[in-house]
Amino acid sequence: MLKAPKPLKIRVEDMNLYYDSFQALINVNLDVLTNEITAFIGPSGCGKSTLLKSLNRMNDLIESCRITGKITYDGEDIYGKMNVSELRKRVGMVFQKPNPFPMSVYDNIAYGPRTHGIKKKKVLDQIVEESLQNAAIWDELKDRLKKSALAISGGQQQRLCIARALAIKPEVILLDEPTSALDPISTTKIEDLLAELKDRYTIVIVTHNMGQAARISDKTAFFLHGEIVEFGRTMEIFSKPKDKKTEDYITGRFG
Amino acid sequence: MIGQIKMFSMKNVASVTLRSLVYVAMGLTAISLLGILSYILFNGVKAFKWSLIFGKFSSANPSMSFSIVTTCVMILLTLLIAVPISIFCAVYLTEYAKRKNIFVNWIRLATETLAGIPSIVFGLFGAIFFGTVMGFGYSILTGCLTVAIMLLPVIIRQTEEAVKSVPDMYREGSYGLGASKLRTVFRIVLPSAMPGILSAVILSMGRIIGETAALIFTLGTVAQLPGGLLDSSRTLAVHMYISTRDGGAAGREVAFLTGAVLIVVILCMNIGASYIGGKVGKDFEN
Amino acid sequence: MAKDIKEIREKGAEYFFLLCSLVSIGAVLLICYFIFAGAYPALRDIGAWAFLTGDLWKPTDHPPSFGIFNMIAGSIYVTAGACIFGVPVGVFAAVYMAKYCPRKIYPVASQLVSLLAGIPSIIYGFFGMMMIVPFIQENFSGNGNSVLAASIVLGVMILPTVIKVSEVSIRAVPKSYFEGALALGATKEQSIFFVGIPAAKSGILAGVILGIGRAIGETMAVVMVAGNSNILPESIFKSVRTLTANIVLEMGYAAGPHYDAIVATGAVLFVFILMLNIVLNIINKGAQTSGGLS
Repeated sequence: MLKAPKPLKIRVEDMNLYYDSFQALINVNLDVLTNEITAFIGPSGCGKSTLLKSLNRMNDLIESCRITGKITYDGEDIYGKMNVSELRKRVGMVFQKPNPFPMSVYDNIAYGPRTHGIKKKKVLDQIVEESLQNAAIWDELKDRLKKSALAISGGQQQRLCIARALAIKPEVILLDEPTSALDPISTTKIEDLLAELKDRYTIVIVTHNMGQAARISDKTAFFLHGEIVEFGRTMEIFSKPKDKKTEDYITGRFG
Repeated sequence: MIGQIKMFSMKNVASVTLRSLVYVAMGLTAISLLGILSYILFNGVKAFKWSLIFGKFSSANPSMSFSIVTTCVMILLTLLIAVPISIFCAVYLTEYAKRKNIFVNWIRLATETLAGIPSIVFGLFGAIFFGTVMGFGYSILTGCLTVAIMLLPVIIRQTEEAVKSVPDMYREGSYGLGASKLRTVFRIVLPSAMPGILSAVILSMGRIIGETAALIFTLGTVAQLPGGLLDSSRTLAVHMYISTRDGGAAGREVAFLTGAVLIVVILCMNIGASYIGGKVGKDFEN
Repeated sequence: MAKDIKEIREKGAEYFFLLCSLVSIGAVLLICYFIFAGAYPALRDIGAWAFLTGDLWKPTDHPPSFGIFNMIAGSIYVTAGACIFGVPVGVFAAVYMAKYCPRKIYPVASQLVSLLAGIPSIIYGFFGMMMIVPFIQENFSGNGNSVLAASIVLGVMILPTVIKVSEVSIRAVPKSYFEGALALGATKEQSIFFVGIPAAKSGILAGVILGIGRAIGETMAVVMVAGNSNILPESIFKSVRTLTANIVLEMGYAAGPHYDAIVATGAVLFVFILMLNIVLNIINKGAQTSGGLS
């Protein structure tokens, strides 16, 4: 029953990242495979979010940030000739705190497609409905498309943000602790949603919640002080970690 | 009992004195404001005549009608010049300028300096530069350009604050969807900062309406409905000054009425500005 | 191709925004140039020292005399007067705003202070002319147009500046300072006036300097209540002419050397303001390095 290995999506090679003189990531190597959920775990400040943000160059916004090494996306160097806007269209992102724009639900979803040149009302209508449906929130919001996105609940806002990311039809979705600000019921909904989305997208998720990583991810990378201590199949990491530090962390001895 | 003994200690005498002074000071501040407002408003109402507001200006009826028009024109044109420049400057300072940008310190020094320059010096400069050197003479154009420069620091500073108060997560969200900086600024940042910017604009309208010293030698003091950009005229505040200076007892009446109109307009603007400005924080709370 | 256009648009916008930002710098440079260049002929012909220290201002005499010493003194007098009235009231009112004002009243009180700042100077002047001048005339000597009248009007006018800046700096004092004093048995007043205010002093000083700047540069309100005679006032009930009044009264008809002398008067005023700005910067820098206000 050997399955063919899934194709490679993102490869990080010998990457180092500095904020001024502080080194936040040390010699990171990592492969993200298509249609898998890869989870980054580790204590606060270990560099997991930093790496996530490097994958669609959100770190460009931080002036003091400097990167060495290489990140390739479908074999193409993302810090090379690739257009940032194009990269972010293919690699969507969902943030820790739900951050819907202060505009209507509809305009939130349509913001991305409009950014990439889609103007026709009909097409936009269709994208909005599709994205909301994919994010399993269409039924809840279909009558409130013109209402402010700030007026819906936190859990709904986060699923709206996922829908917003889906609207640009990305191949990869990066999620930075997407459920840390949510209640358990909303968290469950989002976890179910991610499991569903996995068939169509490649997902990378940063999480503080080890149960969450164990439940939904295929691969897990454990970060400590800017280094990847251990990276492998989630089952293996959680059942028989090779490294003592990984074991200590997942059994709750620190972090 | 203990309390009573304590009441007579020196410590308490000093404290009670200081506390009373605090209340007296605030009381004086409030009385000054309310005194001035009510005095002008009361006498303005007493001097009220429709003909003084809407009638045609003549020496017999020194009406303010023409200067209402001039004031509106001045507000519109001045804001048209000052607002875009100030907003773009604030956007540059907050969204574009990097940490070690050499211009930033100079820009800040310049706006701080502008903020401190008295109106009369602006008036002097405007008369020399726009009036004489550029050849615009006493005119609406000279007045607008002069006052527009005066407004720059006010609008820049407030817009900067409004833009800074837009949470970074909105910007991240926009960039994360592949939006460019320009799109992020115009579609996300500026709309989110709009209440703050609006309140700055309203306050600047107040400044334009109240300005006198900078206008006497730029806009001039001719009592006429301006026919074009190069015509001289009076704003309400200038009309009030000239009426007081040259108009004798009848001029006083006009001054009272004009003052009352000024106060009502400025009251509305201040309240409007703080109402709109107050909404900024609330929008971002969740 | 489309990408190139997009990039050009992005870069172009950035340069355009920079250009808009440089308008302020350009304006300051132009103002400096035209005021000082305009003042130069007067200073050259009259002599800077004679201009500053001369106490005769007879611009229409033959030969004319241009000395603005009395006006410099006048500006300083009324500004000092404004501080005597405005600073204590302003600082105490700021204490009220920061430490005593009940939450419910605060929006009203704060609106009141901003309104005080929003009233046009012409209204202050007119009020002073109609109420304060006659009051002084009736109760004291002279015709009422006086140093005292100007000082009172300016004192009220600098209130909002002093109050706002001082309030912010008093609020910036860490709570622990006050609590520390209270814990040692100080009353609320002692904790504020002997701990809070000393800690906030550089901010309060900055507010006072800003107020001085406003007072020395004020024109309309002063010109309507000060009497404007060009003499050195012997008492606070005597008439006085400030630098600003000199400009606004004579600029309209001045020509030739007279005009240059008026511009030079503006230049002197400008130098005063620039010096105040420098002092302000030093105070603010000092506050920053000592970990106080930012």
